Amino acid sequence: MSPQPKVLKALNIISLVLLIGGYYLSLFYAPTEKVMGNVQRVFYFHVATAWVGMLGFLLAALFAVIYLAKKDLKWDAYGLAAVEISLVFFFITIVLGSIWARPAWGTWWTWEPRLTTAAILELIYLAYLMLRQGIEDPEQRARFGAVYTILGGLSIPLTLVSIRMFRTIHPVVIGSGGSEKMGMTDSMVFVMLYCIVAFSIIFANMYWHRLRLGQLAEQVEQAKMKLEL
Amino acid sequence: MSREQKPKADYFKSIMAITRKDLSAELRSRELLSAMLVFSLLVILIYYFTLELDIKNRNAITAGALWVTFSFAGTLGLNRSMAIEKDRGCLDGLLLAPVDRSVIFFGKALSNLAFMFIVEAIVIPVYAIMYNVNLLIPGFLGVTILGSVGYISVGTLISAMSVQTRTRDVLLPILLFPLVIPILVAAVKASNGYLLNLQWSEISPWINVLLVYNVIFLAVSFMVFDQVVEE
Repeated sequence: MSPQPKVLKALNIISLVLLIGGYYLSLFYAPTEKVMGNVQRVFYFHVATAWVGMLGFLLAALFAVIYLAKKDLKWDAYGLAAVEISLVFFFITIVLGSIWARPAWGTWWTWEPRLTTAAILELIYLAYLMLRQGIEDPEQRARFGAVYTILGGLSIPLTLVSIRMFRTIHPVVIGSGGSEKMGMTDSMVFVMLYCIVAFSIIFANMYWHRLRLGQLAEQVEQAKMKLEL
Repeated sequence: MSREQKPKADYFKSIMAITRKDLSAELRSRELLSAMLVFSLLVILIYYFTLELDIKNRNAITAGALWVTFSFAGTLGLNRSMAIEKDRGCLDGLLLAPVDRSVIFFGKALSNLAFMFIVEAIVIPVYAIMYNVNLLIPGFLGVTILGSVGYISVGTLISAMSVQTRTRDVLLPILLFPLVIPILVAAVKASNGYLLNLQWSEISPWINVLLVYNVIFLAVSFMVFDQVVEE
């Protein structure tokens, strides 16, 4: 395995600095929100992790289509890496959202459309990982993974729409929409944008590492096959 | 070598041939239908104790209870129907046949749908009698048909994948259920609408969701089925 290229090493440090900067900005720099108080500070990381989570899932769907067209295992590795990282980020999003929801809505969890869809999304991609685990042939694994990613990507918008309709027809909600529009000051917007950019870079850094890990795993697999021969 | 002797004229005939094969095999063994049916009836009995289906709750819960039953029984059938093909090497035989791969998909989907309908045709009257609910409403039955079509089209595709994995039977519901949530939501809401005699304007959005889902997923399953059975 080749050592980490210089750019990647630099990216490691930049990511760390950006993360620390994100902590500082969201915990100390950003003004305290009047209505919700300090707990609103969770919001900056919540939005940023949700953004990279969605980005990864979109990338995975895109790579799945490319894989089915080109049949190059490289695209499968790209897709898998994106799904794995996004699963973690999206989970962080849900946990952070829960932490915020407890004081703001008075409950850890509510069946709000976006929350519900987020949970289903996590389950779809967990199922994707389980599907891959059950298949040994790398080429078949890639094909099935790609097909399932595409199906999942198509069902998510429909799920969101149907759950949203489910809610509007039955308006028995604990704190929906209304509390979402918080008046943000300029510095709040700045912190939010900063976090989004910072997490995108952190995502890219992790993605790169994950791809290298994938290559390493492939080398191990090939070495094992040689031994068996 | 002209590959242009295409069997296109036989497209529908071939689909029907696969469906007929499945139905006549089932008619002899009856292993798939009997499993689905007994399971469904058991579940309906279990509901009586677990959900306390007294007259007050009954109307609101019926659609949900039935759809949970159908989707669980459905995975039993889907699993079995694909496992038979895989285990006895029939799938390879089907793949050798000089027909388009999508023919296999539609043939299997059609026979799966037939099994689903047979189960529904027995379970719905039984449920209606046991819980004294009138389910013979054309709209309600229409929704059941629409929902089953969507469920089976995705289910046939997914079961073709899951049957080729190591964990097969375990994997099918895990892969399938998160994808069919729109169907379950829409079918339950629309059926409820008919059972509670709601206005058409409250039912039609759900019918639209069902139709959109069916169109999208039938088309996509048709397109990607090739990838799933490729050797």
